[in-house]
Amino acid sequence: MSVLVLCDHDRGTLAEASLEALTFGRQLASDLGVVCHSVLIGQGADNASETLPTYGAETIHLVEHESLSDYGPAAWGESLNQLVNATNPAAVLASGTDRGNEVLAHLAATLDLPFVANCVTTNTNNSSSWIMTRVQWGGSLLEDSELNTDKVKLFTVAHHGIEAEESSSPASGQKEIFTPELEESITHTMVADRVVLTQGITLSTSPVVVGGGRGVGSAEAFAPLEELAAELNGVVGCSRAVTNNGWRPHSDQVGQTGTRIAPQIYIANGISGAIQHWVGAMAAKNILAINTDPEANMVAKAGYAVIGDLHQVIPAVLEEVRRRKS
Amino acid sequence: MRLLVCVKRVPAPGARINITDDEQDVDAAHLGFTTSPHEECALEEAVQIVEEHGGEVTVLTLGPAEAEEQLRYAASVGAHHFVLLPVTEVDWDPQRTANALVKAIENLEENAEPFDLVLFGNESADSGGFQVGVRVAHALDRPMVNGIKGIEIAENKVTARREIDGGFEVYAIPTPAVLGVKEGINLPRYPTMKGRLASKKAEIEINEPTAEEGGQTRIRLHRPEEKVSETVILGNGPEAAPAVVDLLQELGVL
Repeated sequence: MSVLVLCDHDRGTLAEASLEALTFGRQLASDLGVVCHSVLIGQGADNASETLPTYGAETIHLVEHESLSDYGPAAWGESLNQLVNATNPAAVLASGTDRGNEVLAHLAATLDLPFVANCVTTNTNNSSSWIMTRVQWGGSLLEDSELNTDKVKLFTVAHHGIEAEESSSPASGQKEIFTPELEESITHTMVADRVVLTQGITLSTSPVVVGGGRGVGSAEAFAPLEELAAELNGVVGCSRAVTNNGWRPHSDQVGQTGTRIAPQIYIANGISGAIQHWVGAMAAKNILAINTDPEANMVAKAGYAVIGDLHQVIPAVLEEVRRRKS
Repeated sequence: MRLLVCVKRVPAPGARINITDDEQDVDAAHLGFTTSPHEECALEEAVQIVEEHGGEVTVLTLGPAEAEEQLRYAASVGAHHFVLLPVTEVDWDPQRTANALVKAIENLEENAEPFDLVLFGNESADSGGFQVGVRVAHALDRPMVNGIKGIEIAENKVTARREIDGGFEVYAIPTPAVLGVKEGINLPRYPTMKGRLASKKAEIEINEPTAEEGGQTRIRLHRPEEKVSETVILGNGPEAAPAVVDLLQELGVL
């Protein structure tokens, strides 16, 4: 028996979130007294496999097929389905990213089995019914739910819900090639093309995010935030109120229905801190709230705060940054 | 074109969410309700598509009887047909929901062409199961991609864009197809006064759903432990700038 962890990669570059899932899978396998396997699908899989033994993958299944030229939810789900049939794992898990949740949903639909998304803990209970604690409302509520099946358990691990940790003793990471049988029609949902808009750091990977909320007041008033972000090699983010007003594109939105960020510091300007914004920002290592309202939610939750008008504070900070740089 | 949008009634985002005493549901006593944000955008997208290409939009929801409100809202912004699958229990599990929706869709497609597109939201704002749309697509044997932030219609296919870090993936999908839409694909319109008035007369088809329970059962809802952090106040107003920059240097970002 095994626990099988789907590791995501983009054309050979491992998605960091996969290491969280692998850490979770390794611990689960140990609880169950079984081995931890990982699987990488499609072109570039081998290039992404290097660190997996360090995180506990005893076996690394490399799924190869000429149709698997890029990501495709149905093709990845079906490949996983055939690997599950061949290896009969006790559980299959992935990170609760867009792709992880999507591929597991396809697998669950094919197998007609339950699938529990975005778990933070699991209690295997020594029975066929596992108790899963999962996040709801993007992380502002938790739900304990029973995962009831005597067949393979399918779930994802909430991204940023646990920390990736190397195994105390590295696993062997034996590579095994698996070749599924795929019908041509499955390629209908493969990535056909890509459009690159920005290269380098993005909202989800940036070490510094300068965020603005309703308090910024207008699209134009984001200029000093842009300048500060540029000085700190960071990017600008915003709240839902801002995108709803059309001041910034939705791709800048931090929150439950936008991007989850995890920077070294999040500077939240004029953001009240509604729960749906907070869940997108809570993985930040440090938060500095700048707000006129000392009672604002964001101020209460932040590690650091400046009480004042961002329109005065940010220019002063910019000036000080430039003075120290020169 | 024939489009179907599946929506869910959820408490309005932004509010603090409390839990009922029996820990089975969100306490709705002081909450407003709305269409789950991704689905509101799916609805807007569908209305825009038929405005440009002609056709009709049907909106389907499974939820409490009050979800009629969300269907009337859909009518007020331009949708044409409405089906409510009323349930009395708290939140059906994802498998059960998907099975009920599949039956309803098969009914709607009986003696008619299949819907060119069935749109879902990427995930519901409340329970966030990330799977109902995918399960429905599998049952209907149609291609499905989630996370869509751009749709272009061509003959017998759609080109769909999905946001990834720093850009987009592009999918070329033959229709009939199922897509999961994400907020940001558009800015949903507000209903006009005329739309609001017309929506009061919209005919809503009500069909009691039947579907067996799936393998995921809610035990309870609870609140995560809130990290109690003492907020360090660096200062007031622009005079705080040196302390802010000290912090940035300390964290190594300057």
